[in-house]
Formats: sequence, C-alpha cells, structure tokens
Amino acid sequence: MDILDKLSLGFATCLQIVWVTDPLLGITWPIPTTLLLCFMGCLVGTLIGVLPGVGPIATIAMLLPITYGLPPVGALIMLAGIYYGAQYGGSTTAILVNIPGEATSVVTTLDGHQMARQGRAGAALAIAAIASFIAGTIATLVIAAVGQPLTRVALLFGPADYFSLMVLGLMLAVVLAQGSVPKAIAMIVVGIMLSTVGTDLETGEERLTFGWTEISDGIDFAVIAMGLFGFAEILRNLENPEARDVVRGKIGRLMPTGAEMRQSAAPIARGTLLGSILGILPGNGAVLAPFASYTIEKKLADDPSRFGKGAIEGVAGPEAANNAGAQTAFIPLLVLGIPPNAVMALMLGAMTIKNIVPGPEVITKQPALFWGMVVSMWLGNLMLLIINLPLIGLWVRLLKVPYRLLFPAIVLFCSIGIYSIGNNPLDIYLAAAFGLIGYALIKLGFEPAPLLLGFVLGRLMEERMRQALARVRGDYWTFVQEPLSLAFLIIALVLVIIAVLPAMRRSREKAFVE
Amino acid sequence: MSITRRTLAAALALPLVAAATPAVSQGYPTKPVTIVVPFAAGGPTDVIARLIGDHMTRTLGQQFVVENVGGAGGSTGMTRVATAAPDGYTLGVGNMGTQSAAPFLYQNLKYDPAKGFEQITILNYTPQTIVSRKDIPAKDLKELLVHLKANEAKISYGHAGVGSISHVSGTLFNAQMQLKPALVAYRGTNPALQDLVAGKIDYMVDQSLNVIPQIKSGTIKAYAVAAPARLKSLPDVPTTKEAGIDFIFSAWNAMVAPKGTPADITKKLLEAVAKALDDPAIVAKYEELGSTAPIGDDRGPAGLQKLVDSEMARLAPALKAAAAAEPPKQ
Repeated sequence: MDILDKLSLGFATCLQIVWVTDPLLGITWPIPTTLLLCFMGCLVGTLIGVLPGVGPIATIAMLLPITYGLPPVGALIMLAGIYYGAQYGGSTTAILVNIPGEATSVVTTLDGHQMARQGRAGAALAIAAIASFIAGTIATLVIAAVGQPLTRVALLFGPADYFSLMVLGLMLAVVLAQGSVPKAIAMIVVGIMLSTVGTDLETGEERLTFGWTEISDGIDFAVIAMGLFGFAEILRNLENPEARDVVRGKIGRLMPTGAEMRQSAAPIARGTLLGSILGILPGNGAVLAPFASYTIEKKLADDPSRFGKGAIEGVAGPEAANNAGAQTAFIPLLVLGIPPNAVMALMLGAMTIKNIVPGPEVITKQPALFWGMVVSMWLGNLMLLIINLPLIGLWVRLLKVPYRLLFPAIVLFCSIGIYSIGNNPLDIYLAAAFGLIGYALIKLGFEPAPLLLGFVLGRLMEERMRQALARVRGDYWTFVQEPLSLAFLIIALVLVIIAVLPAMRRSREKAFVE
Repeated sequence: MSITRRTLAAALALPLVAAATPAVSQGYPTKPVTIVVPFAAGGPTDVIARLIGDHMTRTLGQQFVVENVGGAGGSTGMTRVATAAPDGYTLGVGNMGTQSAAPFLYQNLKYDPAKGFEQITILNYTPQTIVSRKDIPAKDLKELLVHLKANEAKISYGHAGVGSISHVSGTLFNAQMQLKPALVAYRGTNPALQDLVAGKIDYMVDQSLNVIPQIKSGTIKAYAVAAPARLKSLPDVPTTKEAGIDFIFSAWNAMVAPKGTPADITKKLLEAVAKALDDPAIVAKYEELGSTAPIGDDRGPAGLQKLVDSEMARLAPALKAAAAAEPPKQ
C-alpha cells in the first residue's frame, strides 16, 4: 500500500458517515460520528488546556468510562483530540497569565507572556496556534511516511544515551536564563534536588519526605509549576498595581503582522524538525523539544537580547516543537506498544479496554484504525486552528477583566487542577508554599524556569544514570563507550566551552543586563 | 470540572438506572459508589476495576466511579480505603502488592491487609510470564536458565520499582533459580519493557497483560507462563511445569471494603461482582487480557482471606531476605 492509499483509507475512516434515525421525527440523518468525536475531543482539550492545572491526564482518566460505549476508532480519536487540544490550550494560559500547564509550555511563558504585557497577546496567541498547526501538519506527514522505520532509531537509545541527552538538555537550561548565569545554575541544582524527593526506585527507601506519605512518590510537576509561576505571579501582581494594568490596559491587534510572520517562518520549520525527532524517543524526549528550540533560536538570532522581552521567535519555535513532539509521541505507542509518557499510558489503557493490542500488528491487522488516527491528527489540528483563531479575541478580552476578579478565579482553577492530579489535598498546600518561595525568588532576582527544567530533567537523569550503571554493575565508562552517549557528552562539553570563553561571556553579560 | 463530571455521570447513568430499577428498588446503593484504585489510570488493576465497576453500575443501578489514588506502591490509596467510613460507598481494588507484599516492603504501613478490611472477593489472576530480550540464544526455559547462569556476571533483570509485581515475582524467581542478576529499576513496567525490546536488559518476569503485545509481535521472547494452565491468548507458550520448573506466580486483584462494612452490603456487592464475572462479555475480555477469573471456593471473602494469608506466608522469607541483603554495589 503506498502512502496515498493509506491516507485515503484514513480519510475514509475519519469522514465515515453513520445513518442515525431521529427518535422524534423518524427521519434518518447522516452523521459523521468520527469527525464529531474528533471535534469534541479538540474542544474539550482546548478548554481543559486553558484551565491552569487541569491537564490532559486527569481529563482522559475521567473520560475513559465514556469511551466504553463508543466505537474504538472514534473513542481513540476523541482521546487523542483531547491530548493535542490541551497542548494548544496550554499555550493560552502560558501567554495570558504566565502559568505553564505542562512541562512543554514552560518556555512559552518566557516570551509569550512578555508579548502579552506589551499588548501583543493576540499576536502571541495567533502565532502559537499557527506554529502548532504547521508543525502538526508536518508531523502527521512524518508519521505517515516514516513512522514505522523510525522506531528503530528509538530502539538505539539505551539508559546511558538518555542520561547524556539529559546532560545536554541541562546545558541548554543555562542558556534559557535571562539574568545571571550562576543564579541560573543554582536554580537548576535546586530543581534537581527537588526531583529527588520521593521513594527511591532501587531500594524502596523514602528520600526527603519527612514521613509524609503523600509525597512518597515525589512532588508533581504541576504543583511546583502552579506555585512558582501561578501563585507567585499573583502575589507579585497584587503587590504592584501598575504591572497588571500594563497587561490589561492594551489589547493591540489580534493577528501578527507580516513582518512577524516572516520572522517566525524559519523558527517554526526548525522547531518542527526538532520536535518531530525528539518526540519519537520513548523516554519522554519530547519535553526537551521546546527548550532546545528556544535555545537554538536565541543562538541564531541577530540580537539575542530581545529574547525574554517578547521575541516572537521565542514563541513560534518552541510552540512548533511542542506540538510536533506531542504528535510524533504516538509513534512508540502505535508501533511498539510502549507509551512514552503518562498520557500515552492512558491511551494504552483505553486501547486495552477496546480490545486493541497496540504494536506492529495494529498497522497490518487494523489499518483503518491506524491510518484513521494518523489522519485524525491532521484533521484535529485543522479544527484546533479553526477553534482557536476566533477564540483569541475572547481570550484577550479576558485580560480586560479587573484583576481583583481574575486572580481569585485563577487561584480557584489552579487549586482544582492540582487536586485533580492525585486527589490529594496536601498538593494544594505544597503549591501555596511554592508560591511563597517563588515570590521570594522573584524578589531576589532568581528565575523559576531553570528550576522547573532541572526538576523535569533531574528525575529522568537520575533514573537513567542508575539504570545505565546498574546494568553494567557500576562501570562509569559505559557513558563514553556507548557511541550516542559519547556524542551527546561531547556536544555538551562544547557548549560549556563556548559558554566560558571570555569573549562569549562578556557579550552574554552585556546581553543579559536588564 | 466536577460539575461536568457529575453531569456526565448522571447522563450516563440515567438510562441504566431506568433499566435496573425494578431489581434494586430499595436500600443500598442509593448514591454513587467510589472504587479506589491505588494506581494510575490505565494500568492492569485500573483496567480490571473499571471493567467490573462498569458492570456493577448496570447491575446495581448506581454509578460505580473509579478514583485513582496513586502513591507509595499503592499503599496511599489502600490506606484511604482502610480508614474510610464503612458504609459501602467506598470500596478498594488492591493487588498482590498492596494486599500481601506491602507489609514486608513498607515499615510504616498504616493498614493490615489480612485483618484491616472486609474481604469481598478476588477479581482476577494474571499469571506472570518469563520473557527475555529477543536475541538471547535460548530455545526454551531450560536453555534460558543455563544461559543466565553461564553469564551470571553480565546479566540484568528489569523491574518496575521496589514493591511492584515484577519486582516481587523476580525476587522470588531469582531466589528459587539461584540467579544473581544486576537489578535494574524503572519507573513502571513500560520503560523497563522498552529497554527489554531494545536489548539493553536481559530478562523480566512480568504480568502477561503487559507483555502480550510484544510477545505477539516478536520483539521479545516468551519462555513460560507461571500458571497451572496455558493462556488462551498465548497458546504456544508452555506453562512453567511443562517447561520443567516448579514456579507458579500470579498477580491478582481483589475487591475489599473498609472494616466494619455491613455484611448485607458486602453480600450484595459480591453478587454483583459474581454476575459480572459470569457475563460472557467479561469472560471474553478476561481472555484477551490474559486473565483468569476466580471460580468455586476462590470466589468470595473466604477465598480472598485464604489467598492473602497464604501469599503473605510465601512472600515473607524472600522479601525479608532481599531487604536484609545489601543493595548491589555501584
């Protein structure tokens, strides 16, 4: 079967029409059930993505029972729609209120929220949606064309290679910093330390939990993100009435200008490429994609000092990378039957409930399901663009809501979101504590983004390092004996050298002076 | 979110209530029942709890809502069940780990799996399957064991973290077969399986449900099912007995209620579970999941109590020995 046949089978599956008899009038209506389910998924996904903290994991878990009664293709397409709909919606919150709903939208807060403060919220939201759509379209083609053979690449990665990739990721984090480099490194280290809280996988001992069983599995990402970004931002805004007036004072145009579009084109292309590749890695490599994209754009920019102050490339590139990665993350699940992250694990559960055994067999035995899902990704992206562009006006108008009304709503939604993660009240207190910590950090000139990256990568890094060492019984040479691992370490080293070169350092300091 | 959820639940339950009303016109349950699953949604225990819970919703005419309360190898969720009001509106679905192994793994466990619950019934058994990376040169289990012994200095066993089923079954298997692999810990079965498929670790003893897709697609090798009979979903894989060793190990899930839940309520729940287990649709689903249902005396409180007691007695020596042994040097 060549690719056109496959895609047309996918379209046929998605556009399938079911004749349903109306119980009232007795008329039989043609209903495109699958398409409707796709639309519903995207809509629900967008809405929960916009609510800070209510992530796709909680939503898909809640909606799982509904899928019992649905046809398998439609059910999975709906769940997939929720997943990437949430990726779209998450950027809205990141841009408007500076709260990253997920690890992948942390980077969007950096320049996206600055754009909003400058009255360019509309442009930021629009470019995020457009970048996501372009990336989604290309990633869909990537999945259709080379998804199957690409899994072999994923299988090349062992624990040592992942560890070195994460080391490289942390080097990127230093570049993320807007202010002083030592402060950024300090924040990364604090993030890594926070990631060590919880039960040790190898020994079962609890670390740094102080006897609280609620955090024996570690602190959730959303708890820290809501606290450091959401609650701390609210505290700062309440202290400083002028700052928030800046945000709600100006609305500006809703669409990016032609110049802004041209500026964004190359970052979108590069972000899509990065995201597509990193998304395939089963170890949740997709989290690195937006960070990597941001770093590259900043390095390539003629004037890196614009970054962190509302550079549109800093929104376009990472958003493309984020969405492409979210899409290609389906490859390990569909082709290997191994979910790369928590959302995909839920999709696996949904498939199991539907009697679908993921793996290479799905493609050969249920081609309609596989290609239907691939095509639905593109249709979903198209729907998301259609849903999101008109909504921009609405979201931007949210900024006009007086802050005294807006902030209690944000606190409420954050709290609901945090509680929905593990049905655990302590998480809300913890987020409140992180809010105070975040406020103190802002006052002292520390930035929370490197801390979050350290937290996200720290846990993966530690696990991967210990797995790599355990399987070779503690031989540290394993990190340079594995060729991929060696390559990543060399690149990381080169980055460090570039960073410490005196000339580079001087220009960096100049660039980062606020 | 809660409003949406409730509305959805109500919308879903409505036709069902109408259909089931004649059978349960009075008494328990008069409001939705929460089934606490102490693991993440989508996992083996969750799938079984949702399957059975969904069927009970239809039988008893009230929504049985699964609430996932993860953490500490499932002990956070089961602690919540143990301390909940014994009114029949909070139930728990635990597994071999939470209901038998936990006391030997967690020093501060706040519940007693043997005495701290009203046992309702075993829900299913999922036999463990012994699997390896696909390029190990072994045709059968005997050859695998020879290979693992011969390469003792290099072999590694992957598991889903201390206290997980694959950790408990592996500890038991390795002790019985006198194997001393490097133990590689992962956060959950999936990343471990990923490295097994990629050939980065050598073997695992894991729930059949988790490994069936990879066995069927030939990305890993299966040697034996640690059960008395072959699995219908893996007809070509011999039992451990056929393969020449005496090692039986099933992961199992069971429904419990807080201690003190009235007997007429637990009886009603047991009847609803039994009805689900006898439904041909569930029977078919179990087969595909590589699961078997309890039959005869195993079904019901006495059967579950017996299982918990015997599993605790069997696991104690191996787990205590493993805890006492020094962790592998790094």
